[in-house]
Amino acid sequence: MRWGVITFPGSNDDAQTVYVLERLLGESVVRLWHKQTALGPLDCVVLPGGFSYGDYLRCGAMARFSPIMRAVEEFAASGGLVLGICNGFQILCEAGLLPGALIRNRGLSFLCTRVHVRVEEAETAFTDRCQRGDVLDLPVKHGEGCYVADEATLRALEAGRQVVLRYADADGRVTPESNPNGSLGAIAGIRNARGNVFGMMPHPEHACEWLVGGEDGRKIFLSIMARGGSAVDAAGAPSSSKVLSGP
Amino acid sequence: MQVTVDTALAHGLTAEEYARIEQALGRPPTIEELGVFSVMWSEHCSYKSSRLHLRLLPSSGPRVLQGPGENAGALDVGDGLAVVFKIESHNHPSFVEPFQGAATGVGGILRDIFTMGARPIASLNSLRFGSVDHPRTDYLVRGVVGGIGHYGNCIGVPTVGGEVYFDAGYDDNILVNAFTLGVVRADEIVRAAATGVGNPVMYVGSRTGRDGIHGASLLASAEFGAESESKRPTVQVGDPFTEKLLLEACLELMSPAFRHHLVAIQDMGAAGLTSSSTEMAGRGGAGIDLDLSRVPLRERGMTPYELLLSESQERMLLVVRQGSEETVRELFAKWDLDAAVIGTVSDTGRLRARWDGTLVVDVPIEPLTSGAPCYDRPASEPAEEDGQRIDLGRLPEPVDYNEALATLLESPNLASREWVYRQYDTYVGGGTIVRPGSDAAVVRIPGTQKAVAMTLDCNSRHCLLDPYVGTVSAVAEAARNLAVSGAEPIGVTNCLNFGNPEKPEVMWQFQQTIAALRDACVAFGTPVVSGNVSFYNDTEGRSIPPTPVIGMVGLLDDASLHVTQWFKGEGDAIVLLGRNREELGGSEYLAVLHGQARGALPWIDLDLERRLIRAVLTAAREGLLRSAHDVDEGGLAVALAECCITAETGAALGARVELESVGLRPDALLFGESHGRIVLSLRRRHLTRLREIVRREEIPLAVIGEVRGQRLEINDIVDLDVTSLRARWRGALERALAGRR
Repeated sequence: MRWGVITFPGSNDDAQTVYVLERLLGESVVRLWHKQTALGPLDCVVLPGGFSYGDYLRCGAMARFSPIMRAVEEFAASGGLVLGICNGFQILCEAGLLPGALIRNRGLSFLCTRVHVRVEEAETAFTDRCQRGDVLDLPVKHGEGCYVADEATLRALEAGRQVVLRYADADGRVTPESNPNGSLGAIAGIRNARGNVFGMMPHPEHACEWLVGGEDGRKIFLSIMARGGSAVDAAGAPSSSKVLSGP
Repeated sequence: MQVTVDTALAHGLTAEEYARIEQALGRPPTIEELGVFSVMWSEHCSYKSSRLHLRLLPSSGPRVLQGPGENAGALDVGDGLAVVFKIESHNHPSFVEPFQGAATGVGGILRDIFTMGARPIASLNSLRFGSVDHPRTDYLVRGVVGGIGHYGNCIGVPTVGGEVYFDAGYDDNILVNAFTLGVVRADEIVRAAATGVGNPVMYVGSRTGRDGIHGASLLASAEFGAESESKRPTVQVGDPFTEKLLLEACLELMSPAFRHHLVAIQDMGAAGLTSSSTEMAGRGGAGIDLDLSRVPLRERGMTPYELLLSESQERMLLVVRQGSEETVRELFAKWDLDAAVIGTVSDTGRLRARWDGTLVVDVPIEPLTSGAPCYDRPASEPAEEDGQRIDLGRLPEPVDYNEALATLLESPNLASREWVYRQYDTYVGGGTIVRPGSDAAVVRIPGTQKAVAMTLDCNSRHCLLDPYVGTVSAVAEAARNLAVSGAEPIGVTNCLNFGNPEKPEVMWQFQQTIAALRDACVAFGTPVVSGNVSFYNDTEGRSIPPTPVIGMVGLLDDASLHVTQWFKGEGDAIVLLGRNREELGGSEYLAVLHGQARGALPWIDLDLERRLIRAVLTAAREGLLRSAHDVDEGGLAVALAECCITAETGAALGARVELESVGLRPDALLFGESHGRIVLSLRRRHLTRLREIVRREEIPLAVIGEVRGQRLEINDIVDLDVTSLRARWRGALERALAGRR
């Protein structure tokens, strides 16, 4: 697969994402500079974590106007896979590629901790290697990770099975205590209606090695690789063994 | 403006110093020249009260690639790589404006590291606040922690550890010491010596504004008084986003493709353009001609005096090769940064600055740098009553040891720091192996199997009671903290925070500390390669407790053999290395449960510490250890409790422990802070091998118990549920701070 990882001014997890894809997963990666106007041939483009433009004005609000974003929008419109992690998720929301917004955490301060997220949808291009109800152990590190949207949008997200990851406890129960930032519906990750654009606040790229942060994050990248960069569902009916373990 | 001795006094200089300036110039200085002298001769920049003594510290060794005198020190870690590290204070600015003061402290130390060509991979910080009951403490803690997080998180360097202490001695003068470590190829370390007559001097980064003028001289090098609030304009404002761009652009300039364009680089930190240009010229034995009218400005109407003294952040001064100007300008433009040629290297040995064609500064470099004043200030031991004396016979034992232990774990200096470090990005960079919460932070050296371990240590209560023993103990504790993490100590940086050096008692504390640092660092074979002295930590005439913060760096050849402090599994044997003694002096126990900060300090034997470290390192390298934890504040019972409850994830683990009392008072056995002790846990089948290793080093070893169940049981006096103990320990700091709101 051919990946592109964008560096915006202020991106911090771009190098780590490239390291995971190239060195740990043996993938081919193109580093993209935000001033580029074309992506070139790619199967998946990643908008990494960080503080693009210092998070000034509003997280992602400036990066969304970077020259490369026009190309990302076209790539998404043509069905290409787009993964936004943390600040990347914020940029995708600001760009209108995903609905809703990410606002200041409930606790009003930056939060770096490990969380558990429950996989709500396994039949996606980003969670194909997971089972529905799986619990992933991943780090979060953000000041603005509280997902919000109006009621109609939230209903549409749920009805369209666009909520892919939800904050939960280690047993997969969604509780007020397991929601680190106050996100509505405990939403940690969503995809667009077409299923080819995915944003998540937790950091899978920081959970790909036992020595540093565990290996649960690999499942996200391996899922994308399993589909070979296609957003179209693989052939075959969903397995009946994929049952929700939570309430 | 006519400069007189009164102008000089208002700039923080003495009359004698002013006379020296007139002598060096052969005429009265211009106001701009006086400004230049006042910052360069400030305590902060010239180390005039400490230089004489700092020379005593050991700074050489087989690994040393760069000792004191550059922006930071560098040690060889093999594989053609070096680690570059330093610690610096930002105390007064953080007290006046906690958020920006702490943030710019982080920004400053980061620049010191990447100026050497090293990519920063980890930051730590040592924070000291007043009593949690002081009305200002909560505000200061929130500001400082928020500022550190803001800067470090945004620039993308993980904040992986450090220390936070509360003591009424810092009520009016908090300490914020920031440490950063970076990695560079050993043959690519960049230095800051201006050479090559005619080479252009370039200014890159943020534009210059009026912020931070006289930060180094009037804020950092003078005592505090009631008017300290009014010094807020001398605090700089940080922009971590610009610094991130500056970091990437500078490292790109230092990469193989561009390196040949660069001659020297230095950040404009304290005393801004003045110190960066004079120090680079001084190191290169050259001169520098500046055209101040070409400095990029943030605001209109600035005077040359303000330009020379501004401490606007995120700026660097470069010397590049003739003809490279355009390449360098283009490289910085890629990162949306300004770059301007503002001068040239000369062979005059003078700093000359023009403003609109007029020469406003024309001074020799030598008296500003190596020839700056250097004082051998008088020192005398404080004549106060002997804080070492204590009558243990009159000290009542706790009625309930369970409650005593829980109270200690909830006290501000022992409670979990999670509330602090969860505001720091500890993951960014992808190398953090051991996050905050164990004895030392461990971070992988990129592209290798190796890792560095880092710790900051100082027990200032001990240093107040006896600066020599306290400092030796701090160095030993730092070395133990690295060893229990599986790392061999390789070098030291230090931040020496003291009161007014013009007081003989403070100078005595300082000299005792230097002697101790020398002795301990020689004993451990850990050269001091960088450091910082912060004097004048006084408010209304009261000095802070002497606080020499030791930053020690260790090396693990195999990162996977790192060790953490918490117990790992049911059935493991618990072993104590070292000997318990009846030593309660200066302990947290005395302070928290008896309100007494006194007593004779625990005995310390550097030879024993060295052997202990060797033994633990051998065991760690053979993969025998499941956990290892240094016994320090709170004593053995607190150390055991920490082994049970400090794991970041998973359940707390209980332990059944039987300690031989050997005639000690039970409170001394549980809470005494005797040095040279380490708690280990390991699988029983490894006990025989451990005994062999330890016997060779002649260290006492006792199997004291087993990891078991959900309760911590010690002899028949402690029996606590570890899950509820963990809950009390975890939330205690936040509760204590919130209690004041």
